Amino acid sequence: MTTVWVATRKGTFRVEKQGGKWTAKLAGHAGTGVNYVARDPGSGRLWALLGHGHWGAKLSVSDDGGTTWRDNAAQVKFPDGARYFGQDMFEDSSSDFGVGWRNVTRKATLQKLWTIAFGGDGTIWIGTIPGGLFSSRDGGASFELNRPLWNHESRGGDLFNGEGTGETKWFGTPASEGGEFAPGIHSVVVDPRDPRRVLIAISTAGVLETRDGGETWRSRNRGMTMDHNPDPEAEWGHDPHIIDLCGSNPDHVWQQNHTGVFYSSNGAELWRKVSVPEVGVHFGFPVSADDKDGRVAWLVPGRADNQRTAIDGGLFVARTDDGGATWRQLRKGLPQECAWDIVYRHALDNRDGLVVFGSTTGNLYLSEDRGETWTTVSHNLPPIYSVRFG
Amino acid sequence: MIHVHLTRHLFAFFPQLEGRALEVDATSVAGAVAELEKLAPGIGFYICDERGRLRPHVNVFIGNAMVKDRRTLSDAIAPGDKLSILQALSGG
Repeated sequence: MTTVWVATRKGTFRVEKQGGKWTAKLAGHAGTGVNYVARDPGSGRLWALLGHGHWGAKLSVSDDGGTTWRDNAAQVKFPDGARYFGQDMFEDSSSDFGVGWRNVTRKATLQKLWTIAFGGDGTIWIGTIPGGLFSSRDGGASFELNRPLWNHESRGGDLFNGEGTGETKWFGTPASEGGEFAPGIHSVVVDPRDPRRVLIAISTAGVLETRDGGETWRSRNRGMTMDHNPDPEAEWGHDPHIIDLCGSNPDHVWQQNHTGVFYSSNGAELWRKVSVPEVGVHFGFPVSADDKDGRVAWLVPGRADNQRTAIDGGLFVARTDDGGATWRQLRKGLPQECAWDIVYRHALDNRDGLVVFGSTTGNLYLSEDRGETWTTVSHNLPPIYSVRFG
Repeated sequence: MIHVHLTRHLFAFFPQLEGRALEVDATSVAGAVAELEKLAPGIGFYICDERGRLRPHVNVFIGNAMVKDRRTLSDAIAPGDKLSILQALSGG
């Protein structure tokens, strides 16, 4: 049976087709913020990334399909000595605003568990705020900070053993649960052909790639452009909202960025902007790549970064079948009057012709024909953070 | 022994602690949290972050006085003290 795991601000929900109707049911964590839920295809175990508020971020697991959950025995923790560059506000009477900013280093503590991914070799990857990538090579019995990435020159160098380079090119995201504007790793995609090749995306820095299982990392931002930087083609400073790749042809990579939609057909070596603002394809958060045809992808566009709503009150999904050369607006079955939903970066997924997405308004929609027509699963879920088939 | 009172919110995650008199042998708040960790593995990471600092929206009282050292939990406690671990009310 096909299942969709829905992570919301108030719990985990399981969506399945019963009696011909897609139905959502609470599957745990009632009242708790759940950022992401996914099934490890290797072990079958369900992993939920929780944000408890008062009690911090926790990893929760289920081995019985979501009937019972428990905190994973090993939690994600930054090691002693992990520091990062940040900025602090201070009173500055010489400033017109009365405040100034100064660079500081902070001790790293876990603020948010944001995404989880599973490699074909059994490696579990977890992306966090403040910008730490963790991995487990023992099925989740322990998690280790990836130090080559944490100490990457773009981040400011090695702060475990000194003061690094003194500056960072990684900036923040407001998605932090602690209120701090710290970098966040929201995308981890593992190459199905070679689990040692992993792409990650950071808000705000850009995309990095490892080809040796995380021992070395290099930027993958060539061809990207920005409109929020004096140098639009700078190597760093990009704000990828999400990246996804085609499972059977992983050289085809998609990126919904703050500044448009980008596509690469050569493994993120070179990106090409494929936004078509005339059909509403430009700003948004999620993108989902087809698993078989790398030229096919779905988006849920939004209206510009200064509004972040559905465009003109009509909700639609956009699909390309030709690598972004052309896009179709898919509206049948979706609300076209007074619909102002916004869809977060992890809240769109596809599998075998099924497409599902959920909004922060608690609306969940599913299509069984690649987005041509849509059915409403629920109008009454809590704000939706993530949807994943599994 | 130190008498420990926990907010009922924590019983949702550590039901084994609910409905029992919690007493630990410790001379500092940090020591009391370490003893609680033995009774309920994982609870220390709910109360403190990975650097051992009290989480921002968690309050600990000795008797009716809020602890002073939130960074290392070094406040001294003595036999007979009541230690309360509560969630801060942050509005809403």
